Amino acid sequence: MSQLLVNLIQSNFASQVLATHAQHGDETVILKAESWFSVHQFLREDARADVDMLVDLTVVDFPDKAPRFEIVSHLLSLSKGHRLRLKTAVGDEEGEDAVVASLTAIWASANWMEREAYDMFGVRFSGHPDLRRILLYPEFEGFPLRKDYPADKIQPLVPFREVDDNEKLAPFGRDEGMSFGRQTHDWDAEAGNDD
Amino acid sequence: MEPLDVELDETEVELPTEPMLVNVGPAHPAMHGTVRCVMELSGESIRRVDVQVGYLHRGFEKMCERGTWTQVFPYVDRCNYVSPMLNNVGFAMACEKMLGVEVPERCQWYRMALGELARISDHLTCDGAMAMELGAFTPFLWMVKARDMIWDLMEEETGARMTHSFGRVGGMAKPPTDNFKEHAIAVVDQVDHIIDEVQKLLYGNRIFLDRLEGVGIISQTDAISLGWTGPCLRASGVPYDVRRAHPYMKYGEVEFDIPVGKNSDCLDRFMMRIEEIRESGKIVRQCVARLPDSGPINVDDPRVVLPEKDQVYGTIEATIQHFKIVMEGLKLPAGEVYSYTEGGNGELGFYLVSDGSGTPYRVRIRPPSFLATAGLERVITGQMVADVVPCFGSLNMIGGECDR
Repeated sequence: MSQLLVNLIQSNFASQVLATHAQHGDETVILKAESWFSVHQFLREDARADVDMLVDLTVVDFPDKAPRFEIVSHLLSLSKGHRLRLKTAVGDEEGEDAVVASLTAIWASANWMEREAYDMFGVRFSGHPDLRRILLYPEFEGFPLRKDYPADKIQPLVPFREVDDNEKLAPFGRDEGMSFGRQTHDWDAEAGNDD
Repeated sequence: MEPLDVELDETEVELPTEPMLVNVGPAHPAMHGTVRCVMELSGESIRRVDVQVGYLHRGFEKMCERGTWTQVFPYVDRCNYVSPMLNNVGFAMACEKMLGVEVPERCQWYRMALGELARISDHLTCDGAMAMELGAFTPFLWMVKARDMIWDLMEEETGARMTHSFGRVGGMAKPPTDNFKEHAIAVVDQVDHIIDEVQKLLYGNRIFLDRLEGVGIISQTDAISLGWTGPCLRASGVPYDVRRAHPYMKYGEVEFDIPVGKNSDCLDRFMMRIEEIRESGKIVRQCVARLPDSGPINVDDPRVVLPEKDQVYGTIEATIQHFKIVMEGLKLPAGEVYSYTEGGNGELGFYLVSDGSGTPYRVRIRPPSFLATAGLERVITGQMVADVVPCFGSLNMIGGECDR
């Protein structure tokens, strides 16, 4: 990790820096969300920084804080050997409006990592060319790594997808195949036995 | 039947072609059972491809948030299941960085020796599988034989062949066994011998070389931009190795070379791993030579390390200490840390967030395989269908680590 990068950001983006710290020797800069892209771009293009690799990009959920999701990126310069962690926060209490600029234009590695962040936390990355779920399936309900997503939640069974010109795939009920303890719908109500 | 008589020299025959969609995987042996490629083909060349992962997603990062820090070890084991020891040590080091403790020297040499053996087994698996997928079955059996020797050694040391859960925050579960040194040297000798044989079998094999040479080339800039690390990045000519760039444990004190590739094709990635097996063997020898025969294996810190069993049953202090560590879990100070080591496939990072309680707040595993697989699209676009298999094999996608 490197103090040089922190100084560079502080001198060029003084109004955008909310805080810095160097816990356990990892220099960290906390930014305003609107400068997320420009600071990364600056670090990529500035010769003194020469940050050529986006090592990691992830999200941490703090449901009690005002901007709820912390976006965390770890940067590395292969030529200079220095590292930096950048953070910003987006999203309201309900997890809505969590939008931050995508870094795909700067690093190709951002593509899949942002897709994973969207998949797990529901944070949207504006400017991402292909923002869809990556580890989970499209019908998955909710965002599992949010703190308010119960770890033992059961996802409903997904009916077969509609495929044109294919009559082999039979649609099936929501709970079909699930053990009775896990079935959620009311058999009696469906059979019309409301008494 | 009328004879089909077309003068090819005079008339240009135009065959109607339209792009064809081909799906490979996830249940395809060459896709290692967990990745799906939907490819749009024009003739035999790939025009567009969509790589889909996630078929082995087990929600580890969520599950880590339910137990204690110690209970994360079995999960990291199952990330990269061909070199679990590297993951164990990587996670233990992240926790230790947060706690500000350093394990004793004996433990560091032991961790390095086991870690390098795990790296050898990782590379053997990748190269063996790659050769097998191209039809060379014998080298695969040779390499799996070598890998099995390593796993026998691991079983003797840890009690388990694959998922050891042997690392602990502040040390290891057990000190090295009495005959660890002789056993490790014997295994490394055998591995070197087998690697020589594999080289003789493959490096003069025209079919094998033709399938790999000049296939799946990726530029250095692209490899860096894709976040590749480890053998794949080094094959494209960047001599970046965490063990050398940011030495941890005793890597600053051992001698080893970092092989670097030239062409960044599949053959380079294959040879990179063969050479790294040799280098790892060198490191194992040095570690074994410098591993002290006696001395503590765990840090002397009652907050972190479980007391001896006879103490637990004999004294009230040790009982309480044991109870608190097991029931409440280790208390890592509130804050965040990013710790990175060189895993089998590249930089294996752990980004931990702790709120000061005994339960992890967030465990982010930075998986090198995930980013390597992200680059598959760029590697195979424009290649032939048959090249998908060696290209995919050379990236060494480990399903557990990619999907977590």
